Amino acid sequence: MAGVMGSSIRRREDPALVTGRGKYTDDLTAPGLTHAAIVRSPHAHARVRGIDTAAAAAAPGVVAVLTAADVAEMGIGGVVPVGWLLPGMKTPAHPILASETVRYVGDAVAVVVAESRYQAQDAAELVAVDYEPLPASTDAAGTAADGAPQIHSEAPGNVAFEWQLGDAEKTEAAFAAAAHTVELELRNNRMLPFAVEPRACLAEYDARQGLTLHMTSQNPHLHRLLMTLASLNLPEHKIRVVAPEVGGGFGSKIHHYPDEAITALCAMKVGRPVKWTSTRTEASLTDAHGRDHVTVAELAVDGDGRVTGLRARTHAAMGAYLSTFAPAVPTYLHGTLLSGQYDIPAIWVGVVGTFTNTAPVDAVRGAGRPEATFVVERLMDLGAAAAGLDPAEFRRRNFVPADAFPYQTQVALAYDSGNYEPALDKALEKAGYQELRAEQARRRAEGGKLLGIGLSSYIEACGIAPSAVVGSLGAQAGLWESATVRVHPTGTATVYTGSSAHGQGHETTFAQIVADRLGCDVEAVDVVHGDTREVPFGMGTYGSRSAAVGGSAIVKSLEKILAKATQIAAHLLEASADDVEFADGEFRVRGTPGRSEPWGSVVLQAYLAHNLPEGMEPGLEATSFYDPANFTYPFGTHVAVVEVDPETGEVELTRYVAVDDCGNQINPMIVEGQVHGGIAYGVGQALWEDATYDASGQLVAATLMDYALPRAHKLPSFELDHTVTPCPHNPLGVKGIGEAGTIAAPPAVVNAVCDAVGVRHIDMPLTPERVWRAMRSKEGS
Amino acid sequence: MKEAISVEVNGRRYEREVEPRTLLVHFLREQLGLTGTNVGCETSLCGACTVWMDGLAVKACTQLAVQADGASITTIEGLAGEDGSLHPLQQAFWDEHGLQCGYCTPGMVMAAAPLIEAKPDASEAEIRQALKGNLCRCTGYHNIVRAVKRAAAGGS
Repeated sequence: MAGVMGSSIRRREDPALVTGRGKYTDDLTAPGLTHAAIVRSPHAHARVRGIDTAAAAAAPGVVAVLTAADVAEMGIGGVVPVGWLLPGMKTPAHPILASETVRYVGDAVAVVVAESRYQAQDAAELVAVDYEPLPASTDAAGTAADGAPQIHSEAPGNVAFEWQLGDAEKTEAAFAAAAHTVELELRNNRMLPFAVEPRACLAEYDARQGLTLHMTSQNPHLHRLLMTLASLNLPEHKIRVVAPEVGGGFGSKIHHYPDEAITALCAMKVGRPVKWTSTRTEASLTDAHGRDHVTVAELAVDGDGRVTGLRARTHAAMGAYLSTFAPAVPTYLHGTLLSGQYDIPAIWVGVVGTFTNTAPVDAVRGAGRPEATFVVERLMDLGAAAAGLDPAEFRRRNFVPADAFPYQTQVALAYDSGNYEPALDKALEKAGYQELRAEQARRRAEGGKLLGIGLSSYIEACGIAPSAVVGSLGAQAGLWESATVRVHPTGTATVYTGSSAHGQGHETTFAQIVADRLGCDVEAVDVVHGDTREVPFGMGTYGSRSAAVGGSAIVKSLEKILAKATQIAAHLLEASADDVEFADGEFRVRGTPGRSEPWGSVVLQAYLAHNLPEGMEPGLEATSFYDPANFTYPFGTHVAVVEVDPETGEVELTRYVAVDDCGNQINPMIVEGQVHGGIAYGVGQALWEDATYDASGQLVAATLMDYALPRAHKLPSFELDHTVTPCPHNPLGVKGIGEAGTIAAPPAVVNAVCDAVGVRHIDMPLTPERVWRAMRSKEGS
Repeated sequence: MKEAISVEVNGRRYEREVEPRTLLVHFLREQLGLTGTNVGCETSLCGACTVWMDGLAVKACTQLAVQADGASITTIEGLAGEDGSLHPLQQAFWDEHGLQCGYCTPGMVMAAAPLIEAKPDASEAEIRQALKGNLCRCTGYHNIVRAVKRAAAGGS
């Protein structure tokens, strides 16, 4: 249908969701349902001397109590594996139920199955675990120091891996020759992913059908695969994983955790359906956290204000065990992005991945790219100051020029396209940059609240690919996507996509792609996702990959369908297929007005098969597996404007301008929604969120009483605009947009506050206390 | 030991026996099958479980079912018209892309409705204040605020 691409069509997902009819995992039930409650370690590090389950087993309503001994007796794998292997990396096993040692608060030691939710929770408190507490190690860098408590015997010094990228010698030379150098130690604060829907799983098992898991998953096939390979050892075709409505993920529902495997094994053991739903505290303790980097970063600048070198040494906490994609986050998603939007001739980055007695750390919205962008964009502000240039001018001077694409960075990535200055210009104009600077000067002279302006010119590498390359870098999975398009005899269509949405609106946008290519109404297209029984193998939704990779797989299948339909039409029209074109819902013979066959009759003929070209199989459907040639590289410039109270250090974000370039937009309304949410996520990290552990390994912000999230009254409405630089290597010309705001916002906000206060750096989150102390230390200096 | 309660929910009266400790949200979800009211935090802080009790918005995760004895409850399922027509807020959330994953949406709608009833000309700042007890992790609140404004203005 003409005009359907690029159109802000309202989401078809919404009528059910706004009326409470959406079915999330915990909404589901089954005949004979039982409930699981998991017994978790209250210690960050302890030896387990014994587990006494007798009192729990005798409690009212209890059906079963299982421990690691039961896992061993069942002879199943009983572990959750890491899916990204770096050279020389230590990979201690992560058992789904701990037997000898617990290594973080929340580590699972037993599970109780009972008739009701409350009975299960009551009985879980009766499981008596005899712990011998051990000293804990919780700091990302400190854990690798001499004398730190040792977490895994196979990982001396608590080092999981050491990794580096770039040319150390060339970078050293750049620093030796620099006119200005700046150095900064920064902490990228640990975040809770905090999907408002906690993780949950409903497991049903019978010997003939196998296992059915309804669960909060961003990638049902990946969960099935890891259940098969490592956790349960049931044959893959005997496991069905279904993701019903999923209430947000932000990365946390990519990963394979013990809990869902435990729920599955309970169902297999007790022979009844079992449901487990995480409490909020459990979610905080066990959902894989994000970030937690300590970095020493340096920038070298020449006398003309050009960046000549960048160097970064990072300690990245991995937590107690290596989660599903954890090792990729501080390495291939972080180290490779340290060139930002800039033409930097020498870069070196070294990363030490460390074990800590904390929840595992893995991909959370942005995953490595917010950490990298924070390093680059904080350094750019300090570099500008050292060079005596305005931050906007300093960035402009160092951009990769528009005529330099494709551009090979010094840290492996080849940017396929980009045009950075127009986005910067648009953002400065929209913000009224010069006027803001004038207002800032006026306030500095006259007093009152301090005004700060912060820029962040970010790049994002997303839709990570191609599979052969990521395989060579350590991925234990391909990063393609699948799509089946089935055209029904009456001309409507169903898409089966491996991109399983959890709020992104795929059912709407993917239908737009199909309607555009087939010339039909969007209502004539349904989109099915999130069920391993319905959909060919798929990789899921994360890393801003769905439109670029999942959408392109759909286009590939549509091309196959149109090629076949054109052959059928040519046969019916007694013309050569080369002379037949498809437009406005009909096949026409070029240059012969009036000779045409409508889409409907060609499709019907494909199924009637009464009159098909010789040798052609009936039917009209196609399955494609699309493996992209490269990442996509969305970019943009964001401007944060803050007011800081000089008396209290309180920060108010008064304006936020975002100019993003995600290439062609399928549905601008959905694009903007992704940007809005991404910004709030990044502002949250900058101003409020802090998943801090104390020295004993207790998560001190495990509930909403202590963990501060962005709320409506703390945020302004956002001011958005965009530029369009289509991706040159995928058929839709689209790039990812789901993480852009989260990547751009933290440095924009921190740059703004540092600008307001006039200090080099303040660690996130920028609490009033930290800002106040920064102001006082400046006065004292 | 169970307690008998009599509660009107969405215009229908239910006579049930509940454990005294049963949370209102679990009563609604598990005994009445009204799963539109969601649980996000169990501590009154995320607002996903917001329902109306005798006309006041309350968080059903920190109310006991026995406290609702004799009360009249409205959940998200009771908001649309009998003919299926959406409440102006539901319509506006749809029109303005005020939801993504939808998990917070029922609570958000139930929390916003009393505001627009009491103050149809509420400013953006007032709307934001009124929604500060409800968490959304997807939308950054931008389109939620627009939706509430739109509904307050009669849908235009």
